Amino acid sequence: MNELVSAVPWLGKRNPMAARWLIIILAIAAPMVAMLFGRSWVRILDFALLYMMLALGLNLVVGFAGLLDLGYIAFYAVGAYTFAFLASPHFDVHLPFWVVLPLGAAFAGMAGIMLGFPVLRLRGDYLAIVTLGFGEIIRIFMNNLNYPINITNGPQGINGLDSINLFGWDLARNLQVTEDFSINSLFLYYYFFLACVVGSIIFIQRLQISRIGRAWAAMRDDELAAKAIGINTRNLKLLAFSMGATFGGVAGCLFGAFQGFVSPESFSLMESIAVLTMVVFGGMGNIAGAIVGAFALALLPEVLRDVAVPLQQTLFGHVLLDPEVLRMLLLSLAMILMMLLRPAGLIPARARYAHPENLHRSAAK
Amino acid sequence: MQHESSSPLLQLKNLQIAYGGIHAVKGIDLELAKGELVCLIGANGAGKTTTLNAIAGVLPLQGGDIMYNGGTINALPAHKRLRQGIALVPEGRGIFTRLTVEENLRMGAYTRSDSDGIEADLEKVYTMLPRVKERLEQVAGTLSGGEQQMVAIGRALLSRPKLLLLDEPSMGLAPLVVEKIFEVVQSVAKEGVTILLVEQNANLALEFSQRGYVMESGKITLTGSGDDLLADPKVRAAYLGEAA
Repeated sequence: MNELVSAVPWLGKRNPMAARWLIIILAIAAPMVAMLFGRSWVRILDFALLYMMLALGLNLVVGFAGLLDLGYIAFYAVGAYTFAFLASPHFDVHLPFWVVLPLGAAFAGMAGIMLGFPVLRLRGDYLAIVTLGFGEIIRIFMNNLNYPINITNGPQGINGLDSINLFGWDLARNLQVTEDFSINSLFLYYYFFLACVVGSIIFIQRLQISRIGRAWAAMRDDELAAKAIGINTRNLKLLAFSMGATFGGVAGCLFGAFQGFVSPESFSLMESIAVLTMVVFGGMGNIAGAIVGAFALALLPEVLRDVAVPLQQTLFGHVLLDPEVLRMLLLSLAMILMMLLRPAGLIPARARYAHPENLHRSAAK
Repeated sequence: MQHESSSPLLQLKNLQIAYGGIHAVKGIDLELAKGELVCLIGANGAGKTTTLNAIAGVLPLQGGDIMYNGGTINALPAHKRLRQGIALVPEGRGIFTRLTVEENLRMGAYTRSDSDGIEADLEKVYTMLPRVKERLEQVAGTLSGGEQQMVAIGRALLSRPKLLLLDEPSMGLAPLVVEKIFEVVQSVAKEGVTILLVEQNANLALEFSQRGYVMESGKITLTGSGDDLLADPKVRAAYLGEAA
C-alpha cells in the first residue's frame, strides 16, 4: 500500500494520506464510474482485477525469486479447469465454491512443483524455454483430452460453470436491496475480486519481508552466494514456483466461475506473455508495479477497441488497423520506450527493508 | 608447529572434481588445523576455485573425501555445511546487489535465530569494518569493489564460521585496498577462525599465511610454510614474476 501510495504522481510524496484516500476511493468508485460508460466496462474492470492477481503471482516467481516463467498461464488454466470439473454440469459435479477454490489452488500449486523439479538446475534462457513448453503442454492437454475419454471437452471448452456462491449468496444474481434498487452482479464480482486482490497484496507484502522473501532476493541476486550463506535454494525455488502457481490457480478458479465458461484458447502463450509484460512494465519485484502494470495493460486493448475504431473511421473513413493488431503494436512500442526510459519499470523496485524500522521489525520475528 | 598434533579441522583426501567434461581437480590432499590461515595459490584455471566450491558443497565430488571436524561431509548439501561452520566468500564476492549493505550482512545470519547474538556479531563486524558501517543503508551493488569484498567477508562472519573459505578477495582491487582486505583477513584469523585462502596474488597471500599449497592444473605440486614457499625459486619464477 505504501508503495502504491508513493507511486501516485505528484500527490504521493507530498501528501501520502491524501494519496491513500484517493486510491481507496478510486478502487471503490471505479465500477460506478465505469457503469457510466456501459456495463461492459465494469466487466473489463473485473477482468483487470483477475489480471492483477495473476501479475502478483507471477511477480513472486519472476520478480522476487528471479525465475523467468513463460508458462505461467498454465496454472491459471489448472485453476479454471479444476473449477470446471468440480462445479459444472460437465461431470455433473457441483461442489461448493469454498471447496473448489482451495482445491484449485492446491492443484495449481502441485503443478508448480511439477514444473519446478525438472527446471531446478536451469537458469535464464533455458528456464524460459522449458517453462514455455510446460505452458503449451498444459494447453494442448486441455485441447486434446476429449478422446478416447472425454475429460476436458476439447476445443469446445466447458460450459455452464457454477457461479461464485458465498455461503448461499450467489454473486451471479443482482443483489436486490429494495424493491426498485438492485446492485448489479458485475459490481458484486468487482468487490469480491477486489477483496481477493487486497488479501493477496497483504499476504505477498508480508511474504516479501519475511525470511523466505529475503532468501528469494538473495537467491535472485547471486545463487552461489545464497547457497554459501546456508539457503536451501532447491526448496526455495520449488516454494516460489508453487506459491506463484497457487495465485494463478486461485485467479483461474475465479475466472472460470466469473466467465461461466472455460476453453483452451484462453490459456495461450500470448496470455503468459501478456502477464509477464504487465510485471515487467509495472516494475519487476514490486507489488505496486505489478498492480499498476496489470491495470494499465488489461485496460489498454479495451480502450483501443473503443477509441481506435471510431477514430480511424472519422479520420480515414474506414478501419486501417484492427484493434488487435494495434494492441500488439502499441504494447511493443510501450515496452521499447520503457526499456529506453525506465528500464526498471513504471515503479522500480527498491531495496527492500531500506528503512531501519522495517529491518528491526523483520529481525525481531 | 603444534597444530600438527591435534586432529585437523579440514582434510581433503584424494579429492577429484569434474564438471562439464573437464577434470578440474585430479586428486589433491590438503589439511587445515584449527585456527590456521592457509593459502592455496596457483595460476588461472589450476582448480583452486573448484576446490573451494567443493568444500563449501556447491559442487559435487567425483571421488575422494572431504573430512571436516572428524567426519566426512561428502554428501552434505551446501546449506547444511554452513550450519556446521563452513562459510564461503565466493569468487567475485557474491554480493546481493539489490539489497542494502545491512540486509546483506544480516543475510549472513540466515540460519541463526539468536537475535542478541546476531546484534552483537553485527557490532563486531562494524568495528572491524568501519567503512561498511558508514554505508549500511546503501544498495550493495553501488559500493566499490573493495567495499563489496568487505561486505562479503562481514556477511560470512555473521554465520559465526569455524572455517572461512575466501576465494580471491584481492580480485580486481587496487593494491592499497588489497592490503586493507588482507589486514581484515588477518584480524579474522586472530579471532580463531580457520581460514583457507585462495589467491592469485601469491606474494601477499604467502606473506600473510602460515602455510601454503601451490596448485597446478588440478594437482598440488608444492607445499610448505609461507616463508619457505616465498623463498622457493620455483614459486618465485612461476608466480612472483622473477626470472628463474
